[in-house]
Amino acid sequence: MALDDKTMGELREIAGRYPEKRSGLLPMLHLVQSVEGKVTPDAIEACAQILEISAAEVSGVATFYTMYKRHAVGDFHVGVCTNTLCAVMGGDQIFERLKDHLDVGNDELAEKRQGDQYSVSLEHVECNAACDFAPVVMVNWEFMDNQTPEGAVQMVEALRAGHDVKSTRGPKLCTWREAERVLAGFPDGRVDEGPSAGPASLAGLEIARERGWKAPDAAAVPVIEKGQADD
Amino acid sequence: MTDMLTPVLTDMWDVERSWTLAAYTAKGGYQGLDKAFGMSQDAVIEAVKDSGLRGRGGAGFPTGMKWSFIPQDNPKPKYLVVNADESEPGTCKDIPLMMGNPHVLVEGVIISSYAIRANKAFIYIRGEVLHVIRRVQAAVEEAYAAGHLGKDIHGSGYDLDIVVHAGAGAYICGEETALLEGLEGRRGQPRLRPPFPAVAGLYASPTVINNVESIASVPSIIANGAAWFASMGTEKSKGYGIFSLSGHVKKPGQYEAPLGITLRELLDLAGGIREGHDLKFWTPGGSSTPLLTAEHLDIPLDFEGVGAAGSMLGTRALQIFDETVCVVRAVLRWTEFYKHESCGKCTPCREGTWWLVQTLARLEKGEGSEADLDLLLDQCDNILGRSFCALGDGATSPISSSIKYFRDEYLAHLTHGGCPFDHARSTAWAGQEVTA
Ligand SMILES: Cc1cc2nc3c(=O)[nH]c(=O)nc-3n(C[C@H](O)[C@H](O)[C@H](O)COP(=O)(O)O)c2cc1C
Ligand code: SF4
Ligand code: FES
Repeated sequence: MALDDKTMGELREIAGRYPEKRSGLLPMLHLVQSVEGKVTPDAIEACAQILEISAAEVSGVATFYTMYKRHAVGDFHVGVCTNTLCAVMGGDQIFERLKDHLDVGNDELAEKRQGDQYSVSLEHVECNAACDFAPVVMVNWEFMDNQTPEGAVQMVEALRAGHDVKSTRGPKLCTWREAERVLAGFPDGRVDEGPSAGPASLAGLEIARERGWKAPDAAAVPVIEKGQADD
Repeated sequence: MTDMLTPVLTDMWDVERSWTLAAYTAKGGYQGLDKAFGMSQDAVIEAVKDSGLRGRGGAGFPTGMKWSFIPQDNPKPKYLVVNADESEPGTCKDIPLMMGNPHVLVEGVIISSYAIRANKAFIYIRGEVLHVIRRVQAAVEEAYAAGHLGKDIHGSGYDLDIVVHAGAGAYICGEETALLEGLEGRRGQPRLRPPFPAVAGLYASPTVINNVESIASVPSIIANGAAWFASMGTEKSKGYGIFSLSGHVKKPGQYEAPLGITLRELLDLAGGIREGHDLKFWTPGGSSTPLLTAEHLDIPLDFEGVGAAGSMLGTRALQIFDETVCVVRAVLRWTEFYKHESCGKCTPCREGTWWLVQTLARLEKGEGSEADLDLLLDQCDNILGRSFCALGDGATSPISSSIKYFRDEYLAHLTHGGCPFDHARSTAWAGQEVTA
């Protein structure tokens, strides 16, 4: 089924943000995922048509990047970091436990049981730039810091049951499709939820505050700045 | 004497609603803008040169010099592209920076774009960090509304637009020319250089690509002066930088300090290695920088100091591993990462990383023989310096450095017939009453 007019309009809008429209392709693919739940053949056709490139070219891009899915993912896509640091800190155990609990392999969708409000899929991910919060789990690309196997199981059960789950460094979790829409450049108004920083992010700053440590006072530094002299 | 820690970029992070324009402005934010507009573009470039700022994305190239390579007689538009792809294993500074203080990046983009005469800038953020993307999107929106972006900014006659662009999951897109491919809507495969991006980058136009932290350092340089920035750090590695401690330390996290601080000093601040354990190995700047050990605790963490110790400062991503960790397991996992992320463009890396994983996996299981260590080093030789981009080179770092320092541990896998380590002892909850 072809994409609806609203989506086609938004895809054109994304392409229009750039000096050359093809630059819109990555966010456009995020948008089609938010609408279709994955990158479908129709979505590829639509992008190709708007960007005036071949479907094969769009497809070549879609298959290169790991965030684009050719199969259905859950309402909540759970990514367990198993890069070295998180793996060592317990990410391997978390991933094993979740595979076992959800009865899935890597990058698979768990069965939606009777009574489940939402579906969950599981994938192992690479370092997500949160190593100081290891082991880290991402849900729909929101941080779930300092996880344990037991805590991760409880979390996926809460998600399946439709309970609200909050990111440890972000807002209440939205669905995967809603997340993909934000990635396409359509903000969802959740920016003011969540903290400025997690506890680990503040580790050094807290010590500096306690001890009164600061960057040097600019006024106390001798001015020898040839560069700042206006020509 | 400069203080041990020097919060500048992190200084906003404990402020209420630190990500908002109101909070940033209350702390003196956007004051560098008028000062910059009062200077000529070349004077801004000179100031950044004089500050000694070197790229914070890993390679440490002098930022002001990079900007001066933009050929201003080229009639094509100029572009600034911020590299916010942060995906090097261990690296975790740009993400909290953009979450807690997105406006300092936006202000940096405005001043930097002004200096290189760009009227369009892009912030390429890895896609897997939703809330960070929200914060940067909102900061850009707020900056437009406040007149810091758009047409005739602050009455200066200067125009600038910023596009926030989300990536889609590919480590290689952190490599600057692969990033440009991604930004042009293509597969993220590196480009042949020359031409360098300064001459023919985005849309074959002159382009500066800088790391988030590099660009975010610019407002403080303009506001406080180049001499202020250069008063921190060491002779050839000036200024402050965010040091990211992770792994087996009591207080992992972000520590912003002058370049040249040592791991011993940082560990001291972080409460040391976790209780009852000892430092075994660490990465100074992510997994692509050769491993170091306890004998390197006192090297100055600046570009020269870490280089002299046989590694690289990289992104100051200090991943700390204690004696419970099997170095072969750690290295195998990183190698699997490089194999997975190899873009496939060149044979040494595409085939080589595949072979490295085969050989390492065999050793990890206690199969194979001592000759496999030489085979590994041989395979590294065939990749290092022969790959099209630095991803391939980086893939060899953990392997060759771990064999250098821990050859016996590889051999122990052979004599033991498998991994002699109990992986459960390395977890964050080891020793606590939690079962895995
Ligand atoms: C495989 C690979 C990944 C990289 N990833 C990043 C990254 O995530 N962020 C970054 O700023 N630089 C990264 N770099 C370095 C960039 O190519 C480039 O040197 C840098 O963005 C320049 O900015 P700087 O001079 O401000 O450091 C990477 C390089 C390679 C080879
Ligand atoms: S070294 Fe690896 S990542 Fe770089 S171009 Fe070659 S195959 Fe691609
Ligand atoms: S290794 Fe897991 S977030 Fe970096």
